[in-house]
Amino acid sequence: MSDTFTLIVEGPPVEKPARWAELEPLAARLERPLATDPDERAAFLGVSARTRAARLASLEAPDFTLPDLAGQPHSLAEHRGLKVFLVAYGSW
Amino acid sequence: MWQGVYEELKDRGLVVITVALDMDAEAARPWIEAARPSHPSLVDPRHVVADLFNMVNVPTVVWIDERGRIARPNDVAFGTDTFRHITGIEAARHLGLLRAWVRGETAALGEADTRARLSLPTPADQQARAEFGLGQWLFAHGRRDAAAAHFVRAGELAPHDFTIRRGSMPMRGVDPMGPEFRAMLGDWTKAGHRYYVPLED
Repeated sequence: MSDTFTLIVEGPPVEKPARWAELEPLAARLERPLATDPDERAAFLGVSARTRAARLASLEAPDFTLPDLAGQPHSLAEHRGLKVFLVAYGSW
Repeated sequence: MWQGVYEELKDRGLVVITVALDMDAEAARPWIEAARPSHPSLVDPRHVVADLFNMVNVPTVVWIDERGRIARPNDVAFGTDTFRHITGIEAARHLGLLRAWVRGETAALGEADTRARLSLPTPADQQARAEFGLGQWLFAHGRRDAAAAHFVRAGELAPHDFTIRRGSMPMRGVDPMGPEFRAMLGDWTKAGHRYYVPLED
Protein backbone atom coordinates (compact mmCIF):
# COMPACT_ATOMS: atom_id res chain seq x y z
CA MET A 1 0.00 0.00 0.00
CA SER A 2 1.33 3.40 -0.97
CA ASP A 3 2.36 5.57 1.93
CA THR A 4 2.47 8.85 0.06
CA PHE A 5 1.47 11.80 2.16
CA THR A 6 2.11 15.53 2.35
CA LEU A 7 4.01 17.07 5.24
CA ILE A 8 3.87 20.83 5.54
CA VAL A 9 6.50 22.28 7.85
CA GLU A 10 6.58 25.71 9.50
CA GLY A 11 9.90 26.65 11.07
CA PRO A 12 13.02 24.48 11.18
CA PRO A 13 12.98 21.97 8.33
CA VAL A 14 12.94 18.25 9.03
CA GLU A 15 13.69 15.20 6.95
CA LYS A 16 10.30 13.88 5.93
CA PRO A 17 9.74 10.44 7.45
CA ALA A 18 9.23 7.54 5.07
CA ARG A 19 6.00 6.43 6.67
CA TRP A 20 2.89 8.18 7.95
CA ALA A 21 3.15 6.21 11.19
CA GLU A 22 6.50 7.87 11.91
CA LEU A 23 5.03 11.37 12.01
CA GLU A 24 3.71 11.36 15.56
CA PRO A 25 6.87 9.85 17.08
CA LEU A 26 8.94 12.40 15.15
CA ALA A 27 6.88 15.30 16.42
CA ALA A 28 7.03 13.95 19.97
CA ARG A 29 10.82 13.57 19.77
CA LEU A 30 11.18 17.11 18.44
CA GLU A 31 8.58 18.44 20.91
CA ARG A 32 6.81 20.24 18.07
CA PRO A 33 3.06 20.54 17.48
CA LEU A 34 1.64 18.26 14.80
CA ALA A 35 -1.76 18.40 13.10
CA THR A 36 -2.78 15.44 10.99
CA ASP A 37 -5.54 14.54 8.59
CA PRO A 38 -5.28 10.80 7.93
CA ASP A 39 -8.11 10.81 5.36
CA GLU A 40 -6.43 13.56 3.34
CA ARG A 41 -2.93 12.12 3.96
CA ALA A 42 -1.67 15.55 4.99
CA ALA A 43 0.06 16.76 8.12
CA PHE A 44 1.41 20.06 9.41
CA LEU A 45 4.44 20.26 11.70
CA GLY A 46 4.56 23.56 13.57
CA VAL A 47 6.88 25.34 15.94
CA SER A 48 6.82 24.78 19.70
CA ALA A 49 5.67 27.40 22.17
CA ARG A 50 9.07 27.14 23.82
CA THR A 51 10.87 28.08 20.61
CA ARG A 52 8.50 30.93 19.81
CA ALA A 53 8.53 32.25 23.38
CA ALA A 54 12.31 32.11 23.66
CA ARG A 55 12.73 34.09 20.46
CA LEU A 56 10.21 36.74 21.54
CA ALA A 57 11.72 36.99 25.02
CA SER A 58 15.13 37.65 23.48
CA LEU A 59 13.54 40.74 21.86
CA GLU A 60 15.19 39.80 18.55
CA ALA A 61 12.31 40.23 16.10
CA PRO A 62 11.88 36.99 14.17
CA ASP A 63 12.54 37.39 10.46
CA PHE A 64 9.98 36.46 7.83
CA THR A 65 9.64 36.56 4.06
CA LEU A 66 6.23 37.05 2.47
CA PRO A 67 5.00 38.05 -0.99
CA ASP A 68 3.29 41.24 -2.07
CA LEU A 69 0.34 41.21 -4.46
CA ALA A 70 2.72 40.88 -7.40
CA GLY A 71 4.29 37.82 -5.82
CA GLN A 72 7.54 39.62 -5.00
CA PRO A 73 9.05 38.39 -1.75
CA HIS A 74 9.90 40.89 0.98
CA SER A 75 11.75 40.22 4.23
CA LEU A 76 11.74 42.03 7.53
CA ALA A 77 15.54 41.81 7.58
CA GLU A 78 15.81 43.95 4.42
CA HIS A 79 14.85 46.95 6.55
CA ARG A 80 17.61 46.64 9.14
CA GLY A 81 18.80 50.20 9.83
CA LEU A 82 15.25 51.60 9.75
CA LYS A 83 12.55 51.61 12.37
CA VAL A 84 9.74 49.27 11.34
CA PHE A 85 6.03 49.71 12.06
CA LEU A 86 4.64 46.23 11.43
CA VAL A 87 0.88 46.01 11.14
CA ALA A 88 -1.08 42.80 10.71
CA TYR A 89 -4.71 43.15 9.63
CA GLY A 90 -7.49 41.13 8.07
CA SER A 91 -10.47 41.91 5.89
CA TRP A 92 -12.60 39.71 8.13
CA MET B 1 -4.44 54.98 7.22
CA TRP B 2 -1.07 53.23 7.29
CA GLN B 3 0.03 54.88 4.04
CA GLY B 4 -0.55 58.23 5.73
CA VAL B 5 1.63 57.17 8.64
CA TYR B 6 4.32 56.06 6.19
CA GLU B 7 4.25 59.28 4.18
CA GLU B 8 4.47 61.33 7.35
CA LEU B 9 7.38 59.44 8.89
CA LYS B 10 9.37 57.80 6.09
CA ASP B 11 11.81 60.67 5.89
CA ARG B 12 12.49 60.18 9.59
CA GLY B 13 13.64 56.60 9.05
CA LEU B 14 10.42 54.63 9.46
CA VAL B 15 9.16 51.93 7.14
CA VAL B 16 5.63 50.59 7.42
CA ILE B 17 5.08 46.94 6.61
CA THR B 18 1.49 45.76 6.41
CA VAL B 19 0.62 42.08 6.46
CA ALA B 20 -2.80 40.85 5.38
CA LEU B 21 -3.87 37.78 7.35
CA ASP B 22 -6.31 36.95 4.57
CA MET B 23 -7.13 33.67 2.94
CA ASP B 24 -5.36 34.52 -0.28
CA ALA B 25 -3.97 37.44 -2.25
CA GLU B 26 -7.32 38.01 -3.95
CA ALA B 27 -9.07 38.53 -0.61
CA ALA B 28 -6.47 41.13 0.35
CA ARG B 29 -6.28 42.80 -3.06
CA PRO B 30 -9.20 45.25 -2.75
CA TRP B 31 -7.87 46.56 0.54
CA ILE B 32 -4.31 46.92 -0.68
CA GLU B 33 -5.30 48.54 -3.95
CA ALA B 34 -7.59 51.00 -2.15
CA ALA B 35 -4.71 51.99 0.12
CA ARG B 36 -2.32 52.58 -2.81
CA PRO B 37 0.66 51.87 -0.60
CA SER B 38 4.22 52.81 -1.37
CA HIS B 39 5.46 50.63 1.48
CA PRO B 40 5.64 46.81 1.53
CA SER B 41 2.11 45.38 1.68
CA LEU B 42 2.37 41.66 2.13
CA VAL B 43 -0.02 38.73 2.04
CA ASP B 44 0.09 35.98 4.68
CA PRO B 45 -2.63 33.39 4.17
CA ARG B 46 -0.98 30.91 6.52
CA HIS B 47 -0.68 33.53 9.30
CA VAL B 48 3.06 33.06 9.65
CA VAL B 49 3.47 36.51 11.19
CA ALA B 50 0.69 35.82 13.70
CA ASP B 51 2.56 32.65 14.70
CA LEU B 52 5.97 34.35 14.96
CA PHE B 53 4.72 37.29 17.04
CA ASN B 54 1.88 35.52 18.87
CA MET B 55 -0.80 37.75 17.39
CA VAL B 56 -4.38 36.88 18.26
CA ASN B 57 -6.37 39.76 16.78
CA VAL B 58 -6.22 42.46 14.14
CA PRO B 59 -5.00 44.99 13.63
CA THR B 60 -1.93 44.23 15.70
CA VAL B 61 1.09 46.48 15.69
CA VAL B 62 4.71 45.70 16.58
CA TRP B 63 7.50 48.27 16.61
CA ILE B 64 10.95 47.05 15.61
CA ASP B 65 14.04 49.22 15.94
CA GLU B 66 16.99 49.75 13.61
CA ARG B 67 18.84 46.80 15.10
CA GLY B 68 15.94 44.46 14.43
CA ARG B 69 14.89 44.35 18.08
CA ILE B 70 11.30 44.50 19.28
CA ALA B 71 10.79 48.01 20.63
CA ARG B 72 7.09 47.67 21.41
CA PRO B 73 5.39 44.28 21.30
CA ASN B 74 1.84 43.35 20.22
CA ASP B 75 -0.63 46.11 20.51
CA VAL B 76 -4.16 45.82 19.25
CA ALA B 77 -4.32 49.37 17.95
CA PHE B 78 -7.12 50.02 15.51
CA GLY B 79 -6.22 52.33 12.70
CA THR B 80 -9.51 54.15 12.96
CA ASP B 81 -11.77 54.55 15.93
CA THR B 82 -14.37 52.24 14.39
CA PHE B 83 -13.96 49.60 17.05
CA ARG B 84 -12.95 51.89 19.86
CA HIS B 85 -16.13 51.14 21.78
CA ILE B 86 -15.13 47.49 21.80
CA THR B 87 -11.46 47.77 22.69
CA GLY B 88 -11.23 51.14 24.37
CA ILE B 89 -7.87 51.68 22.71
CA GLU B 90 -7.08 55.12 21.39
CA ALA B 91 -5.41 54.88 18.04
CA ALA B 92 -4.56 58.56 18.11
CA ARG B 93 -2.58 58.15 21.32
CA HIS B 94 -0.72 55.23 19.86
CA LEU B 95 0.24 57.24 16.79
CA GLY B 96 1.36 60.12 19.01
CA LEU B 97 3.70 57.74 20.82
CA LEU B 98 4.93 56.42 17.48
CA ARG B 99 5.70 59.89 16.16
CA ALA B 100 7.61 60.77 19.33
CA TRP B 101 9.66 57.58 19.06
CA VAL B 102 10.43 58.00 15.37
CA ARG B 103 11.39 61.63 15.80
CA GLY B 104 13.73 60.71 18.63
CA GLU B 105 11.76 62.76 21.15
CA THR B 106 11.24 59.74 23.37
CA ALA B 107 12.90 56.42 23.79
CA ALA B 108 10.72 53.38 23.22
CA LEU B 109 9.84 51.20 26.18
CA GLY B 110 12.98 49.92 27.85
CA GLU B 111 13.89 46.25 27.53
CA ALA B 112 12.45 45.29 30.92
CA ASP B 113 9.12 46.98 30.14
CA THR B 114 9.07 45.51 26.64
CA ARG B 115 9.62 42.00 28.01
CA ALA B 116 6.95 42.55 30.66
CA ARG B 117 4.45 43.44 27.95
CA LEU B 118 5.19 40.46 25.71
CA SER B 119 2.42 37.96 25.36
CA LEU B 120 3.94 34.53 24.94
CA PRO B 121 2.27 31.55 23.31
CA THR B 122 1.26 28.37 25.10
CA PRO B 123 1.55 24.83 23.75
CA ALA B 124 -2.20 24.92 23.06
CA ASP B 125 -1.73 28.10 21.03
CA GLN B 126 0.94 26.43 18.93
CA GLN B 127 -1.14 23.27 18.45
CA ALA B 128 -3.98 25.56 17.33
CA ARG B 129 -1.64 27.20 14.83
CA ALA B 130 -0.60 23.81 13.47
CA GLU B 131 -4.28 22.89 13.01
CA PHE B 132 -4.91 26.24 11.34
CA GLY B 133 -1.90 25.76 9.06
CA LEU B 134 -3.16 22.34 8.01
CA GLY B 135 -6.63 23.73 7.43
CA GLN B 136 -5.25 26.57 5.34
CA TRP B 137 -3.20 24.16 3.20
CA LEU B 138 -6.22 21.91 2.65
CA PHE B 139 -8.38 24.93 1.78
CA ALA B 140 -5.80 26.24 -0.67
CA HIS B 141 -5.75 22.81 -2.34
CA GLY B 142 -9.50 22.66 -2.78
CA ARG B 143 -10.28 20.34 0.14
CA ARG B 144 -12.62 22.74 1.86
CA ASP B 145 -14.71 20.32 3.86
CA ALA B 146 -11.60 18.67 5.26
CA ALA B 147 -10.14 22.11 6.03
CA ALA B 148 -13.16 23.13 8.10
CA ALA B 149 -12.62 20.41 10.70
CA HIS B 150 -9.12 21.70 11.38
CA PHE B 151 -10.26 25.30 11.67
CA VAL B 152 -12.86 24.22 14.21
CA ARG B 153 -10.26 22.23 16.14
CA ALA B 154 -7.88 25.19 16.08
CA GLY B 155 -10.62 27.40 17.48
CA GLU B 156 -11.28 24.94 20.30
CA LEU B 157 -7.59 24.99 21.24
CA ALA B 158 -7.36 28.80 21.12
CA PRO B 159 -10.85 30.11 21.86
CA HIS B 160 -9.86 33.75 22.21
CA ASP B 161 -7.70 33.88 19.10
CA PHE B 162 -9.62 36.03 16.64
CA THR B 163 -7.05 35.43 13.88
CA ILE B 164 -7.94 31.76 14.00
CA ARG B 165 -11.64 31.76 14.85
CA ARG B 166 -12.68 34.81 12.90
CA GLY B 167 -9.86 34.58 10.35
CA SER B 168 -11.08 31.14 9.28
CA MET B 169 -14.69 32.26 8.82
CA PRO B 170 -14.31 33.20 5.14
CA MET B 171 -12.73 29.78 4.55
CA ARG B 172 -15.57 28.05 6.42
CA GLY B 173 -18.29 29.97 4.57
CA VAL B 174 -19.32 31.70 7.81
CA ASP B 175 -20.23 35.39 7.93
CA PRO B 176 -17.44 37.18 9.87
CA MET B 177 -20.00 39.72 11.12
CA GLY B 178 -22.66 37.14 12.03
CA PRO B 179 -23.80 35.35 15.20
CA GLU B 180 -20.69 33.21 15.63
CA PHE B 181 -18.51 36.33 15.73
CA ARG B 182 -20.90 38.13 18.08
CA ALA B 183 -20.83 35.18 20.45
CA MET B 184 -17.05 35.14 20.35
CA LEU B 185 -16.94 38.85 21.06
CA GLY B 186 -19.27 38.35 24.02
CA ASP B 187 -17.02 35.66 25.44
CA TRP B 188 -13.95 37.88 24.97
CA THR B 189 -15.58 40.77 26.73
CA LYS B 190 -16.68 38.57 29.63
CA ALA B 191 -13.09 37.36 29.93
CA GLY B 192 -12.11 40.97 30.61
CA HIS B 193 -10.68 41.82 27.17
CA ARG B 194 -7.96 39.33 27.83
CA TYR B 195 -5.64 40.54 25.09
CA TYR B 196 -6.12 44.24 25.63
CA VAL B 197 -3.09 45.91 27.15
CA PRO B 198 -3.72 49.55 28.02
CA LEU B 199 -1.23 52.12 26.73
CA GLU B 200 1.08 53.41 29.41
CA ASP B 201 0.33 56.90 30.72
